[in-house]
Amino acid sequence: MCLAVPTLIKSVEGDMALAELGGVERTISLTLTPEARVGDYVLIHTGFAISVVDADEAQETLRLLTELAASYPDETNGNLQSTISHQRS
Amino acid sequence: MKYIDEFRNPTLASSLLADIHARATRPVRFMEFCGGHTHAIFRHGLRQMLPPTVQLHSGPGCPVCVTADADLDRAIAMSKLPGVILTTFGDMLKVPGSHGSLQTAKAEGADVRVVYSTLDALQIAREHPERKIIFLGIGFETTAPTVAASILQAEAEGLHNLTVFSLHKLTPPATRAILDAGESRLAGIIGPGHVTTIIGSQAWEFLSQDYHVPCAIAGFEPLDILQAVAALVEMAEGGQPAVANTYSRSVRPEGNRAALDILCRVFETSDAEWRGLGRVPASGLALRPEYARFDAALAFPVDPGPTRQHMGCRCGDVVRGAVEPPECLLFGRACTPARPIGPCMVSAEGACAAWYQYGDIGHE
Amino acid sequence: MNNDRILLAHGSGGQLSHELVERLFLKHFGNSILARLDDAAVIQAPGTRLAFTTDSYVVSPIFFPGGDIGKLAVCGTVNDLSMSGATPLYLSAGFILEEGLPLAELEPVVASMAATARSAGVQIVTGDTKVVDRGKADKLFINTAGVGSVPTDVELGSDRVRPGDAILLSGAVGDHGMTIMSQREGLRFASPLVSDCAPLNGLVAAMLKEEGHEAGAIHCMRDPTRGGLATTLNEIAGKAGVGIEIDEHAIPVREAVRAACELLGLDPLYVANEGKLVAFVAPKAVEALLAAMRAHEYGQEAAIIGRVTAEHASRVVLRTALGARRIVDMLVGEQLPRIC
Repeated sequence: MCLAVPTLIKSVEGDMALAELGGVERTISLTLTPEARVGDYVLIHTGFAISVVDADEAQETLRLLTELAASYPDETNGNLQSTISHQRS
Repeated sequence: MKYIDEFRNPTLASSLLADIHARATRPVRFMEFCGGHTHAIFRHGLRQMLPPTVQLHSGPGCPVCVTADADLDRAIAMSKLPGVILTTFGDMLKVPGSHGSLQTAKAEGADVRVVYSTLDALQIAREHPERKIIFLGIGFETTAPTVAASILQAEAEGLHNLTVFSLHKLTPPATRAILDAGESRLAGIIGPGHVTTIIGSQAWEFLSQDYHVPCAIAGFEPLDILQAVAALVEMAEGGQPAVANTYSRSVRPEGNRAALDILCRVFETSDAEWRGLGRVPASGLALRPEYARFDAALAFPVDPGPTRQHMGCRCGDVVRGAVEPPECLLFGRACTPARPIGPCMVSAEGACAAWYQYGDIGHE
Repeated sequence: MNNDRILLAHGSGGQLSHELVERLFLKHFGNSILARLDDAAVIQAPGTRLAFTTDSYVVSPIFFPGGDIGKLAVCGTVNDLSMSGATPLYLSAGFILEEGLPLAELEPVVASMAATARSAGVQIVTGDTKVVDRGKADKLFINTAGVGSVPTDVELGSDRVRPGDAILLSGAVGDHGMTIMSQREGLRFASPLVSDCAPLNGLVAAMLKEEGHEAGAIHCMRDPTRGGLATTLNEIAGKAGVGIEIDEHAIPVREAVRAACELLGLDPLYVANEGKLVAFVAPKAVEALLAAMRAHEYGQEAAIIGRVTAEHASRVVLRTALGARRIVDMLVGEQLPRIC
């Protein structure tokens, strides 16, 4: 629930940090994620980091999804669209 | 944008959809608890891409939508007190209470300020020692720890002019209440990803243990949501309810211990009034006695009078998942985003607003 | 001037008012028409139709990356005239100043208006100044009205939009609104967001000249300001009684705008622009017009973003990056940053 966006920690000063997303920087609080370090990605919600992104898990998730894609080689958008519209008519 | 763009990959989305289409043989109803999920599902057009056997329903996970009229009326009354600056997240500004909204109170002279973070409210308190700053605390377990952290910061700085009107609520008790009401036979629940980064995926095990309902914790990008739906379909078809963590890059079984410690230092559970669910025991957060001096409800007891509900408004039924927005007779007629009657139409996360704004063009 | 702040007396019409006009406005706007300081500017317009428009500018903060309230006041009115195919000619400038406004803040605004007017080829020929008590105006408000001449063979309007038309967008959306928002929200930028505030009459002239080969191929043009691209497209769809379909992947958005929108929970489609236009054109002229736009300073990122259809009249439909379709409604109220 609630809007939280993954950002990269560029620098830390005390329990505040400079977090960056797509070139936009914002000062945030690390009070809820004291383990966060420069170079980590954190989810930020209302100006606070609430969770450190696990890069390995992210990669693993994408790997699994890519494997799944390999088992449905014909499912480009176009084919799937016609499958869906066929189902609905 | 890292960890966002990769999870919007159209090719991977297509294969997830193909997988769901292949597996979903029987009609199933899933509830996405969280308003953020409702919003994302509509924004990316996911409903129309799912097979007709898979039906998604919105749940009560919109903190704006489930705030009770009486509580909103109290907040509005507080904003009108002399010397008060009422700070609020933007989401609450336009929600109609019994006699206008925070926005109308502002237009009538109340000092109501939209903030992005409680850190902004702290700053306002520092800059205006002569004024009384009230922070309107709405939000679930994702937001409450940030408010707790700010109260601790205010305590450390010796700030005497900041209080919090806590209307924070807890999601597992609300989920129990919905399942106990038994109005809709749910075959699965899409769990709120960001709440769960705080409370941990273990917090949802009661769904399989006590209710035999599968749960998939989902992030908010299209691939996250589709992955969760695929997991739910698999569990529903296989009859093996469990809690699937499909947001493992951000959710851990034990949650965020540091955030939970801070939360529990400042808040304790209390009963809470939910629009649509009534009084749900141990579903709210109240300031602990040792933090009573930060409690706006104690510092500013107000009696805004009896609440006035609009005849025909079915927000309560909508947040419970009992009806879909178009079934409300006011939907799209008397109640529109321009002239909203209930919070479900005002809030960006509200089911009615999502239905109205994004339409349902795939089903036309 | 021996005062460095605006006083109530500057608005009273007496000596201080005259000094302000001579030493500030005339100094910057200086042209023979304005120098007469008559009550009305008498201007020669070629014997064609006149386009006439007005707008008021109340933006805060008054200085922002990429511009200021003065530049905005000139560009906004020049652009409104240009969208109807007019060659902008003359502007008026009315100022409502807050007592206490430092001249050190007013003069750069006026200088900026003069520079923008020069680059757009228009003259500010008449004006007015009022001063209100401290607290009754947020530093300054500006109203500009503009007049331009519309060539006989130019006929632009939403009534000319028809199914089959291609929709061209002159560049990336959301720059202006997010720049203003970033100044208020305290967001900091590594690659700074900059307002796209710009006068578009040159771009429009280039397009009309190109169109000359295919007379009447441009049916309608609009600049998507407040309410963003989504609101403008809805307005046209509603007025013309047609459907509009746009492709999410075709709409140019800068990465920093995307990021700022993600952080605040906003949608770039609803964010204001001050230097962009959408054009509804006959399909046969698309390639040539697109090339003409891309050859111009303010159209380098021009793209085809969608088409007009006879289906779902008055509705705007977006094809999402995943290939699904959803409705894009008009903006209601203001976009507020959200937490949920």
